[in-house]
Amino acid sequence: MEKVIAGKSVDVDTNGYLTDLSQWNKDIAIEIGNEEGINEVTPKHFEVLTYLQEQYKKDIALTIRGVGKSGVVDIKELYTLFPKGPLKISSKMAGIPRPKSCI
Amino acid sequence: METKEKKPLEKVCIICAKGNLEDVYASLVMANGAVMEGIETNLFFTFFGLEGITKKSMNHLHTATTGNPAMKMPGGIPFPTMLGGLPGVESAVSSMMRKQMDELGMPPVDEFLEMITAGGGMIYACKLAVDMFKLSKEDLSEEVTDIITIGEFYELCDGDRTQIIFT
Repeated sequence: MEKVIAGKSVDVDTNGYLTDLSQWNKDIAIEIGNEEGINEVTPKHFEVLTYLQEQYKKDIALTIRGVGKSGVVDIKELYTLFPKGPLKISSKMAGIPRPKSCI
Repeated sequence: METKEKKPLEKVCIICAKGNLEDVYASLVMANGAVMEGIETNLFFTFFGLEGITKKSMNHLHTATTGNPAMKMPGGIPFPTMLGGLPGVESAVSSMMRKQMDELGMPPVDEFLEMITAGGGMIYACKLAVDMFKLSKEDLSEEVTDIITIGEFYELCDGDRTQIIFT
């Protein structure tokens, strides 16, 4: 499925997650963030997104607990940055697949 | 084509009434999962479920090795009930199970409770059960918001997109 995000045509799945990380850019992250109710995407947000992308490239399954122990943010901050779905929304903004984690 | 409006869950109220390792974790996983999805979450511990928020016991929960027909030996052979009753067996099996959960990235109970409250989930203890087991607020995890009555619990369960889950 193709979708135009931030003026760029990208491939997404039915839930709106990018299927090809190489198509990602910062404007896409900001636009997805706005759609998900994050009005101001700060450098701290991008720090988390970069960390998620690195983990994804290393093929490490993401969990809230793992992100909380990463040294980038603690769990409370993660919820403050991405309310209503910290892992779901951050992954979407980072251009990586929807996480399959239960924890 | 008929379009049907989706009505996502807005709130879950989970009751944990049993103190086995698996029962407490079932409640914790469901509560944490709800918090992660942005669903308002109340977790209520009552009767033996209080073991899961009592400082002394919460990180040493046991699984039942007798009266548990699903129990298997490593390798899948049924676990003999007679064996399960021997002193020390339940402790050993339980610690093995906790170790396996740890390997899967499941946090210990105290950390799990912290994760739930970090995301805005609320944790409550049942007043009647706390009185019955002669416990006080000091005996319970710091993550417990309050000791409340069942009436107060029901007050927390308002809203037409709310579900009560009893584990």
